Amino acid sequence: MTGRLTPSPAFEALNRLAAERILILDGAMGTQIQQLRLGEDDYTGHGSGHACRHHSDHPQQGNNDLLILTQPEAVEEIHYRYAMAGADIVETNTFSATTIAQADYGMQAAVRDLNVEGARIVRRALDRATAQDGRPRFVAGAIGPTNRTASISPDVNNPGYRAVTFEDLRSAYHEQARALIEGGADILLIETIFDTLNAKAAIFACIQAMEAHGRALPLMISGTITDASGRTLSGQTPTAFWHSVRHARPWSVGLNCALGASAMRPHLAELSAVADTHICAYPNAGLPNAFGQYDEGPDDTAVQVADFAREGLVNVVGGCCGTTPDHIRAIAEAVAPYSPRKVPEYA
Amino acid sequence: MLERQLRLSGLEPFVLTPDIPFVNIGERTNVTGSARFRKLITNRDYAAALEVARDQVENGAQIIDINMDEGLIDSRAAMVEFLNLLAAEPDIARVPVMIDSSKWEVIEAGLQCVQGKPVVNSISMKEGEEQFRQQARLCLAYGAAVVVMAFDEQGQADTCARKIEICARAYRILTEEVGFPPEDIIFDPNIFAVATGIEEHNNYGVDFIEATRWIRQNLPHAHVSGGVSNLSFSFRGNEPVREAMHAVFLYHAIQAGMDMGIVNAGQLAVYDQIAPDLREACEDVVLNRRPDATERLLEIAERFKGDGAGQKREKDLSWREWPVEKRLEHALVNGITEYIEADTEEARLAAERPLHVIEGPLMAGMNVVGDLFGAGKMFLPQVVKSARVMKQAVAVLLPYMEAEKAANGGSDRQAAGKILMATVKGDVHDIGKNIVGVVLACNNYEVIDLGVMVPAQKILEVAREQQVDVIGLSGLITPSLDEMVHVASEMEREGFQVPLLIGGATTSKIHTAVKIAPRYHKGAAVYVTDASRAVGVVSSLLSPSQQAAYVDNIRAEYLDVAERHERAEAAKQRLPLAAARANALKVDWSGYQATRPQFLGPRIIDDWDLADIARYIDWTPFFQTWELKGVYPRILDDEKQGEAARNLFRDAQEMLARIVEGGWFKPRAVVGFWPANTVGDDIRLFTDDGRTTPLATLHTLRQQVTKRGDRPNVALSDFVAPEGCPDYVGGFVVTAGPEESEIAARYERANDDYAAIMVKALADRIAEAMAEMLHERVRKDLWGYASGETFTPQELVAEPYKGIRPAPGYPAQPDHTEKLTLFRLLDAESATGVRLTESMAMWPGSSVSGLYIGHPDSYYFGVAKIEEDQARDYAARKGMDLAEVERWLAPILNYTPRKKDEAA
Repeated sequence: MTGRLTPSPAFEALNRLAAERILILDGAMGTQIQQLRLGEDDYTGHGSGHACRHHSDHPQQGNNDLLILTQPEAVEEIHYRYAMAGADIVETNTFSATTIAQADYGMQAAVRDLNVEGARIVRRALDRATAQDGRPRFVAGAIGPTNRTASISPDVNNPGYRAVTFEDLRSAYHEQARALIEGGADILLIETIFDTLNAKAAIFACIQAMEAHGRALPLMISGTITDASGRTLSGQTPTAFWHSVRHARPWSVGLNCALGASAMRPHLAELSAVADTHICAYPNAGLPNAFGQYDEGPDDTAVQVADFAREGLVNVVGGCCGTTPDHIRAIAEAVAPYSPRKVPEYA
Repeated sequence: MLERQLRLSGLEPFVLTPDIPFVNIGERTNVTGSARFRKLITNRDYAAALEVARDQVENGAQIIDINMDEGLIDSRAAMVEFLNLLAAEPDIARVPVMIDSSKWEVIEAGLQCVQGKPVVNSISMKEGEEQFRQQARLCLAYGAAVVVMAFDEQGQADTCARKIEICARAYRILTEEVGFPPEDIIFDPNIFAVATGIEEHNNYGVDFIEATRWIRQNLPHAHVSGGVSNLSFSFRGNEPVREAMHAVFLYHAIQAGMDMGIVNAGQLAVYDQIAPDLREACEDVVLNRRPDATERLLEIAERFKGDGAGQKREKDLSWREWPVEKRLEHALVNGITEYIEADTEEARLAAERPLHVIEGPLMAGMNVVGDLFGAGKMFLPQVVKSARVMKQAVAVLLPYMEAEKAANGGSDRQAAGKILMATVKGDVHDIGKNIVGVVLACNNYEVIDLGVMVPAQKILEVAREQQVDVIGLSGLITPSLDEMVHVASEMEREGFQVPLLIGGATTSKIHTAVKIAPRYHKGAAVYVTDASRAVGVVSSLLSPSQQAAYVDNIRAEYLDVAERHERAEAAKQRLPLAAARANALKVDWSGYQATRPQFLGPRIIDDWDLADIARYIDWTPFFQTWELKGVYPRILDDEKQGEAARNLFRDAQEMLARIVEGGWFKPRAVVGFWPANTVGDDIRLFTDDGRTTPLATLHTLRQQVTKRGDRPNVALSDFVAPEGCPDYVGGFVVTAGPEESEIAARYERANDDYAAIMVKALADRIAEAMAEMLHERVRKDLWGYASGETFTPQELVAEPYKGIRPAPGYPAQPDHTEKLTLFRLLDAESATGVRLTESMAMWPGSSVSGLYIGHPDSYYFGVAKIEEDQARDYAARKGMDLAEVERWLAPILNYTPRKKDEAA
């Protein structure tokens, strides 16, 4: 789609690197933030950190994206640790930085700042890491699913109802994508897709944002297979999902979240067999236990992710919920011996 | 390398591959094509409108066309509403939609409602190139394929030359300027009515067909579609003639390359079956072969008008008219036994020898079944039903084959291979094994089934005598794993080389790779996940060409699995027992007052009502038994397995009704309670509330895996109060009764494996339902610590209640020998008739036992792997040899036990 635009410089650098080896994406942000055990005052920056200049009447504890503005040093440190653990691509802390998702916190007004600063913080962390070892690294602007679904009714008695429209989503995503690009994102990453229609709105918005920017950025698209049914929350099989997003001509397509690596494998294999682009996988550290925590240690996860690599299924790997810099380090080491998947071409 | 193909999606993908000659697009959800649908939409009867869509999908439409273009309807709102409602119906939404409107705003509104990849129908250059480009770009940004009408600023193309000119121009703009993938372009070069009496119209059929041919040859990857019903517009009211015209037109257009079309599939004649004179007349018209073609068709049209389209689809028995071979195939594929004896007899009379009926039509039919099963188009219950049909057919032939053999020593039927199957010594569970046996028999393997509790020597003896090609072992409880290792070692010792298949609930690829395969070097030990894999595995193992490579592959895979397992295990850190104990769950017992049960000691419960039990059945595991994976009741609506699940469920309900009415089972149970207190990792039971005379000790095992954060290393004893704080523990054994085996055997003798497996699967469910019911009665009444509880049987499935009923041999207490204590305390054998085998399996198989623990903080957990320090400690507490403890706990040991002489 964006084939008519000139590719950005990072696009070409990323392609060169991806031809050489399997690239590493970072791990969970939320898990790292949880460990900081921040309270309401830390979130708003009134106790420690930087006071937020955007006002809201809602409590902010749990609004992890806001930490970009109120605890930027802590956020940068997490990005830096992932970079030093071996991540080539590091995601911005902007999973919920859309007007739709921020509405829960009354923080819609902060969205532009969150995305611009979110990208800048990652850039700073990566530049520090690169200064040490000379390895190039890429900022991926993270675009989450929001907390609404465009193709599922929240009201079981009214299946035709929709809490959000395509146009609502497109305009929220457009604002986010433009700000991420402004802040210096090298890549746009639409992730944790549980409703493909949301993702299609995000794709539409990203295309518009790139057209406005005048350059094509690599677009990464990552769906979520919610359970053993092997489908997204909105009911699509992995192949159906690929058919629905292929028009974006994404730089990569893949899966993240909800499943541990071994449970993700068959769905990943299905995608890998049909998609004529790079494949990216970043599973959870196993399944959460009864307490919502993830038990799988770095080596456990790495052994399973290495299976993806050994079978030639992946071009990019990383971690989602429950993974830590140690997981990313172990994954990077475990996949190092294997060549990246060869991207199939059309006849 | 991927092919450039039209790839669409609803919830499921659709790819227009070369082996699909023609995609039929459902048109009944089109207000311009269906008066009924128009009426439903005008009246806002969306529920009925959805049924129309569902019907089309059920009848095989691969894409459904949705059109709301009607003057009296707000087309945009109706499109949005209908697509949103449709998204909530998985059995409809699984196919892609075609968003059909002449108004762009309606199309765009529709594009914003579908998560899949739809087709837009249509865009064109009617308003000039600029608008065409603009709309094409939007279609691409929304992720849709497009139908492009052969229409430009001058109007709709009618001649072949105009059609070609417009399509070529559109193709160039789309592919070169817009960047549209060529495989996503579908041209509609306009089908117009022929035989209208106007001479200029006579060549319209030919124009379309020839333009189609040119497009397919000159515009790479593009497709051709069209609305076929226009063609016969002048024969409105004469359905037979319209159907014939459509069939003839499609026959030629498809040959020219038309690969999609809007056709009412219910109104389409089969080309070969059209009366020859009608077909010729239609062909003359469609292909414009003679000047008087229209008159000639008009002349004979009246004759075919007949009673109109009077064929209603009732229970379709038309297959009874088919030749006998086809009837046999139909009966096999659809599992119909009604006519099988007569049909088999008819086939036998026509055949030279009875054997030929088996080797001919019956095996051909079963091959169809095997192919459909392999392709995921049939499900296990249907295959077992097919097997029943096969068996009954063979039973008809058997006496004749025997007679033939007696008369002239005729040859036996040639089986694909001989398979010995057995549930190992000490184990009584055989549903899975029986299913595998049936599936293999369906695929022409001769199955020798030795039944349950079969000792190793018996297995080897029969294997040698019968010269079997494969041995299959099954087991459900953990001690059976060891028995399988034993059988493998014995096979090795006695020089066997035949493949050894391992299956059953507790078996796994890891266990087979780590424990069994290394004991059997002379042959291959292969783990089989489920019945659906059995045929593939066996045929690879017995195929002279594939065998060596297959076995090598398995060996390499198992070596790898074993190595990885070892690495993963080594990476897991486990705590010394003392440290695990220090991190035990610390329940605050101060102020805890356990409810005293209504009675102490055992009590027999014999007031069971089968109808009552039936209400407590959790059906999800029942479907799992039949390899239908999903949660009840949702599975009944599953788009793939739903039909198989519904039929299976109906059959199950029917048999359940007979079980209840006929009182087929005699359920029995015993339950007991004892004063109890925890001592270390054990639970001590006392004879009475004085708590001075110990009655027995229940031993428990503690988790030794390193825990993160503040999570404890639990043992069951943590949930029972220590000395000084009075507490109680209960125990139970329930059984559906021994009747199931006799009933199942009766069905087997009647060649009805389907019913035999069904009755066993239901007996299992009944025992589990009894356990659930009894537990509820214990909580509310017999022990009474939750007398106010009000859960429905459906809610109980999720275990929302307080307290647990852990069973010895399962994850919270993996030691099966604890059943001995429980059975002794309850005097269970004389109370219920349930016996323990040498492997501690309960006979009859449909039995459940366990402890009751009532503390609200108790929960189910898995002990997982333990270290040698705990095994030694446990052995000492239990007064058992370390070696014996290690034998029973083999599956959970995190170390390799030393040889006997060293261990002492």
